[in-house]
Order: sequence, then structure tokens, then C-alpha cells
Amino acid sequence: MRTILSRLYLILAFGFIYLPVVVLVLYSFQESGLPVPPFDGPSLKWYDDVLGDSDVTDALTHSLLVAVGSSVVAVILGFLAAYGLARYTFSGSPFIRLLLIAPLTVSYLIVGLGLLIVLTRLGLGLSLVTAGIGHVVINLPLAFAIIFASMNAKQENAERAARDLGATEMRVIFFVTAPMLVPAIAAAFFLSVTLSWDEFIISFLLTRFDITLPVEIWSMLRSGLSPRLNAIGSVVFLISVAVVLILEFTVLRKRHL
Amino acid sequence: MIGHEKKLGWGFTAPALVWTLAFFVAPFLVMIAMSFANLEGRTLIWGFHLDNYIELATRPYLLRAVVVSLQITFIVTLASVVLAYPLAAIIAFRVPQHWQRFVLLLAILPFWTSYVIRSYAWLLVLAREGLVNQTLINVGMIAEPITLANSRFATVTGFIHFFVMLLTLTIYANLVQLSPNYRLAARDLGANTFQIFRHVILPLSLPGIVTGAFLTFVLCIGDYVTPQILGGNNELTMPQIVMVQLGRRADFPLASAMAIVMMGFVTAAYLACARWLRLDRL
Repeated sequence: MRTILSRLYLILAFGFIYLPVVVLVLYSFQESGLPVPPFDGPSLKWYDDVLGDSDVTDALTHSLLVAVGSSVVAVILGFLAAYGLARYTFSGSPFIRLLLIAPLTVSYLIVGLGLLIVLTRLGLGLSLVTAGIGHVVINLPLAFAIIFASMNAKQENAERAARDLGATEMRVIFFVTAPMLVPAIAAAFFLSVTLSWDEFIISFLLTRFDITLPVEIWSMLRSGLSPRLNAIGSVVFLISVAVVLILEFTVLRKRHL
Repeated sequence: MIGHEKKLGWGFTAPALVWTLAFFVAPFLVMIAMSFANLEGRTLIWGFHLDNYIELATRPYLLRAVVVSLQITFIVTLASVVLAYPLAAIIAFRVPQHWQRFVLLLAILPFWTSYVIRSYAWLLVLAREGLVNQTLINVGMIAEPITLANSRFATVTGFIHFFVMLLTLTIYANLVQLSPNYRLAARDLGANTFQIFRHVILPLSLPGIVTGAFLTFVLCIGDYVTPQILGGNNELTMPQIVMVQLGRRADFPLASAMAIVMMGFVTAAYLACARWLRLDRL
């Protein structure tokens, strides 16, 4: 009896979780112009339409640029800070750790609003770079926390051995510490990429002429339901899922997280 | 040597620290100052004025947004915990060990859809001509389409969908760490299944619940997209007010004050559950 109830709950829960995804993907193959029942596909014409739209492909390129660029910066800064805080004790380091994590507890809207106020006050223009700066702010705490958490005595001993053998601090970092932390660094990088790739509100507030994909989708939403939106949505979902699966089956599997 | 060490430690940490100070702390302080500034016509007058906060407390539609946001956030947090707990428990206790990770991964995969897309997908499901209405009409439960989209119901549904996945993750992570010995001991001492749950499992899984609920609260109260796409124009939430002030009127002071009030609720939530929070163990 309890097994049946468990199964039933599992099925209902998965039905609820996947309902919007299935509807989104299914009606992206709709033949007619409205993505609602009855389904009259399958047709690939909306994918054709969307991938041939330069606004959409430009936005897609911008999104990838911002995602990869901001993640690289976030991971480098996060790694260096984690190394500094894990290997050296200095006054105020607990406070600094707290400060680096702090942006996690603030909603994206507030991060974006603060930056927008400063940028407009200083008379600086909005662009993909300003959106990228915002994305580093939200991804740096995660990158730092992930890398910091996987630093331990194992690498420290190897570092000490390398130093005894005459390696400079830079060589220690590049040839000893970083290679040993590849799983954590990769996890931090891919997580940053997925979060930045999907991020809307900061990009919306901090871009103007060149916009990212979520912002482009937002502006298309104004004209209501359309199979074109389903097609873009399915592509975006596919890319996010691909990144998550890569992460799951390569990096995290080895760490037995 | 010690002095040298100190310098090196600072040197490695400095870039991240400078970034956080320049692009997070400083803007945040400017935003606080902005919330005490005044807008006269189009000129900004800095100073320590409480006008924006007084306006928030006295204008009915602004006050209403605070109430609406809190109501939605509480409903969503509560419903998500109640729905996610059994799912996490079933995955942790009923699904065979070597399948657990896979089932969990599958259960939270749509979590990674962009939130704009996710809200749009719910709009498709709940629209007047959408799947739910069509199905209900086809089975004869209703004759005319009912209004599901552009309502608080739609906003709450969209939110719950997202946060059930988040909470399943945090609660599951907590449940699998519990040794089965606790359950076995309680059973040996004569507890029935409900008593084991009520007095053993539930108290031990509180950190997972509270951590997830806190994250839900923070993300839900600060989200602009879901209510904007799904909620319609009948009622606005705090983030929507912030965006309206920014867009239509460029009233940065009032938008900042609203954002600070939002932050205040998040801080209150943090203080209320700090005892059980395990943010470091996520």
C-alpha cells in the first residue's frame, strides 16, 4: 500500500515538474501559428524561422560571450581569493570571507539596481560589459565558495613539497594547486556559465543596444504566445541541460558529491 | 616572514575583494543613500529625507504591493515545503540506492530552464486556449474556459514549480545524511511509522527544510519575472513596483526605498531561521 502511494506521488510530482517543459517543447513543433492544443505538427519551421533571425542569433552570441567571459573572471578571482584565504592567515580574514559570500544573500534585482544607479550617476553607458560585471558579482561568491570548500591538506602538502624544491609562488599555484583543484574549478565555471546564461534581470537593467538572449525573449513575449518562443525556449533549455549533464557526468561524478 | 605571508595572503585575496567592494558594496551603499534622496521634478536632491519611506507606508497601492509580496511568498514557501518533502523522502528512502542520484537529477532538471522561459511555459499551460482549459472542456468538467493565467494562482503555480525542485534538493541532501540507525533504534523502542517521522526524522531534517525555505523566501520575494509574466495587472509585487518606478518615472529614490524594504524582509527572515541555517553545507 505504501509502495503504491509512493509511486503515485512520484508520478504526480514528475508530471507537475515536467508539464510545462513538455508543453513548451511539444508545441515548438506546431505547424500553425498558435502554440496551443490541438497539436498539428510536427514541423521544424519555427526552428528555421528562429535560427534565421539575426536578432535571435546575435542575442545568443552575446549571451554566450557574457556567460563565458564573466565566468572566467569569476573563477579566476574566486580561485585566487580561496588560495589566499586558505593558505594564509591574516587579520580580518573571517570578515573578508563573509564579505565575499555576501552578494549571495541579496536578490539579483538589488545587485542590478545598485549598479544601474552608480553607472547612470557616473554617466557611463550600458553595454554587454556592464551586464558581465554584474554577472561576476553574483557568480564570484559561488565560485569562491566551491573552490574554497575543496581546498585541503592534500594540496597544501604538495605545495610545500614544491616550495621546498625551489618553486616560486606563481609556479606553485599554476603547476600544483590549480591542477589538483580542476574538478572544483570546472564545477564553479560550469555553474557560473549556466547561471549567467539564464540570467535576466541584471542583463535587462544593465544592457541597452546589444542584449542577451533572455532579454530578447522578454521583448518577444510582448507579442503574446508564439511557436517561435517555444522554439527558442527549447533551444535554451537544451543548452542548459547539456551543460548540467556535462557537469554531472564528468566533474561531479569523480568527486562523489 | 610573517609580514611577508600576510602580504601574500592579502595579495591573492585583493582582486576579489576589490571587485566585491567596487561593484557590490559601493553600489549598495549608494542605493541606501539614494533611498533617502528626493526627486524634485527631474533633479535629484541628496540628503536625509524620509519622504520615500513615508510614501511607501501611506500610498495604498505601494503598501498593497508589500502585502501582496509577503502573502505570495508565504503561500509559496509553505506549499513548496509541503509538496517537496514527500518527494525528497521517497527518493531518499524508497528509491534503490544506485538509482537515487539519477532520479534526483531528473527531478530537478527543469530547474535549469531560464526563468523567463519557465514562466512562459506556464503561460502556455494555463492560457485561455491552453492545455488545462482544453482538457477540462474535453472531459466535460467545464463548458467555458476559466481564467487561470494572469492571476495570483498562475504566479503561485509558477513559483511552486520552481521551488519544489530547489527544496527537494536541499531536503534530500539532508535526509540522506541521516544514519538509518536512528530509524531502527526508534522502531526497536516501539515507535510506529508516524511517530518515527514526527519525533525522529522531521526534527533531524529541519536544517534541510529551513535552508531550502530561506532560499525560497529570498528568491521568491525578489523575483520580478514570474509575477510580471503570469500575474496580470490586478496586483503588483514589490519587485514590480521597483521596475515601474525605474521605467516609467525614473524615480530612483522611491525604487531604492522599495528595494531596501525588500532587503529588510530578507534580513528578518534570515534572523528568524539563522539557528537552523546551513548555507555553508549546500
